[in-house]
Amino acid sequence: MQKEAAIREPLILGNKTYHDVTEDVCRPIEGKAPKMWYILFAIALIVGLYGVGSILYLLGTGIGVWGLNKTIGWAWDITNFVWWVGIGHAGTLISAVLLLFRQKWRMAINRSAEAMTIFAVFMAGTFPLIHMGRLWVGYWVLPLPNHFGSLWVNFNSPLLWDVFAISTYLSVSLVFWYIGLIPDFATIRDRAKKPVAKRMYTILSFGWSGRAKHWTRFELVSLVLAGLATPLVFSVHSIVSFDFATSVIPGWHTTIFPPYFVAGAVFSGFAMVQTLLLVMRKAMNLEAYIHTKHVEYMNIVIMVTGSIVGTAYITELFISWYSGVEYEAYAFLNRATGPYWWAYWSMMTCNVISPQLMWIRKLRRSLLFTFFISIVVNIGMWFERYVIIVTSIHRDYIPAAWSMHYPSHIDIAVYIGTIGLFFVFFLLFARYFPVLALNEVKTILKGSGQSYKESPDYHKHH
Amino acid sequence: MSDKVIYAMYGDDDVLKSSAKKLVSNGVKISEVYSPFPIHGIDPIIGVKGTRLGIMAFLYGLTGLALATIGMYYFMVVEWKMNIGGKPNFSYAENVLAFIPITFEFTVLCAAHGMAITYLLLNRTLPGMPAQNPDPRTTDDKFVMEIRLSENHGVTEDKLDELLKDTGFVELDKKIIE
Repeated sequence: MQKEAAIREPLILGNKTYHDVTEDVCRPIEGKAPKMWYILFAIALIVGLYGVGSILYLLGTGIGVWGLNKTIGWAWDITNFVWWVGIGHAGTLISAVLLLFRQKWRMAINRSAEAMTIFAVFMAGTFPLIHMGRLWVGYWVLPLPNHFGSLWVNFNSPLLWDVFAISTYLSVSLVFWYIGLIPDFATIRDRAKKPVAKRMYTILSFGWSGRAKHWTRFELVSLVLAGLATPLVFSVHSIVSFDFATSVIPGWHTTIFPPYFVAGAVFSGFAMVQTLLLVMRKAMNLEAYIHTKHVEYMNIVIMVTGSIVGTAYITELFISWYSGVEYEAYAFLNRATGPYWWAYWSMMTCNVISPQLMWIRKLRRSLLFTFFISIVVNIGMWFERYVIIVTSIHRDYIPAAWSMHYPSHIDIAVYIGTIGLFFVFFLLFARYFPVLALNEVKTILKGSGQSYKESPDYHKHH
Repeated sequence: MSDKVIYAMYGDDDVLKSSAKKLVSNGVKISEVYSPFPIHGIDPIIGVKGTRLGIMAFLYGLTGLALATIGMYYFMVVEWKMNIGGKPNFSYAENVLAFIPITFEFTVLCAAHGMAITYLLLNRTLPGMPAQNPDPRTTDDKFVMEIRLSENHGVTEDKLDELLKDTGFVELDKKIIE
């Protein structure tokens, strides 16, 4: 067992035994769902179905139903795509990067953060797919022998890199998540009394045994997957940023994009984790496992990545002037003072100023304040993508082509709909899946549990 | 041939570990340990060898790297040379920079999935398989040591009982399997 310094706050509060951990995590799954769950699920489902309906209407009619015009060919759709992919960056970062750094606090949050990641990437994937318009000819993007003339996949294109990056990220995250879930499903399987539940969890747990050799393999697979997923996390949002950075549009054509997008993604991902976990820990009585210290750690990540993002914004502004390129300078001046100034300044306030408040210990340990900031950050990060995409293209080279983007109700409905669908998935996850990596948490109980740390034997050698 | 199996159940991982140490030092072969979470340090005691899954992952990664390289060379340089902005794809070397992102992604894809599938097959854990643990409590808070008499010719059953007596187990179960 691994000991840690006495001044470190315990990660598991109270006097918990191994069995208590199992009980605390399994009870919400085995019991009846609270009324609030049904209410939230109904709302999410209605909103989600409205989004699905709007998508079907869009596919039937064509992407002309969006508020796009000749000048502004990319707007809400790509904004939403980048926003969701960004949110999807926290989960794998928590489970992979923090595993490599042996951060034990990740164990309380990795499961739900990864679930959130996977659902967010589902939502993200929707947008490029529907942007094709005619989804039924989507197979044209594959390098199939064909008679379409010069229609051929371009492996030099960042858009295709993105397809590979997102699908690799999604499937690897899914596998990583599921391999961790198998032993926990086995725990639920072995406790299940009702025949249907027993059958379902038997299928889900793949017959997991808990043999010593299997655990050795489990730990190695987790470590290697973490090692593979770590560069993957960084590559995915770098490649998303290439969609813009390799173009020649002023405001997009910047080498700072990859690190700046990755930091922004982690920033928004952690904010979404905070939003969800602060509610979940309360609703599912997991306060002993996800407590103020965990929230504080995450707030520090938000503060650091928020500062990187802030630095990037200011660097970008400076370089646009220093480059001496008129178009580049104008693109940034227009962002701050043009017709979209409100979007720019919302982004600046939400993403640059708000994370700096986390320097104050009292604020970063306040759950209510954290919840508020996490929402602010997510709004800010949506505006960031909107500012980058729409304001960079709405002033074309020829003033006659200058235009504004006004979202149609389909634009809005598809976006809101994906938020609904995301919550449908997340609520189902919280209802039927172990939301905490319960068996992994047991491994840190003796090293980081409060009752163990405070016992007189803890610092004795034995 | 029938075999007698002893299942000694413990309520704590450290107790099981010290008990396993004692048994092994008396020449007992422990065939298996079932636990709800990985017990660090148990493998050398009961003689479980390390896994070579990491090497497999590397090999799957190499396969992915090779496939991505060959694939893109064929699609972009051999099969259909695209001329984008006056920059045709004449050779792989001229284009390799643009192929790096997909090569990387595909390498990771193959390594991760290849390893995950190998892991599931090696463990014989696949969808719908029946539970393989001897007691449902071993996925909660109990730790079980499995000793097979057929693997312990030098040690009699009575001797085993005596050795186990003071190790602090919570339950002792004996089963005859065909």
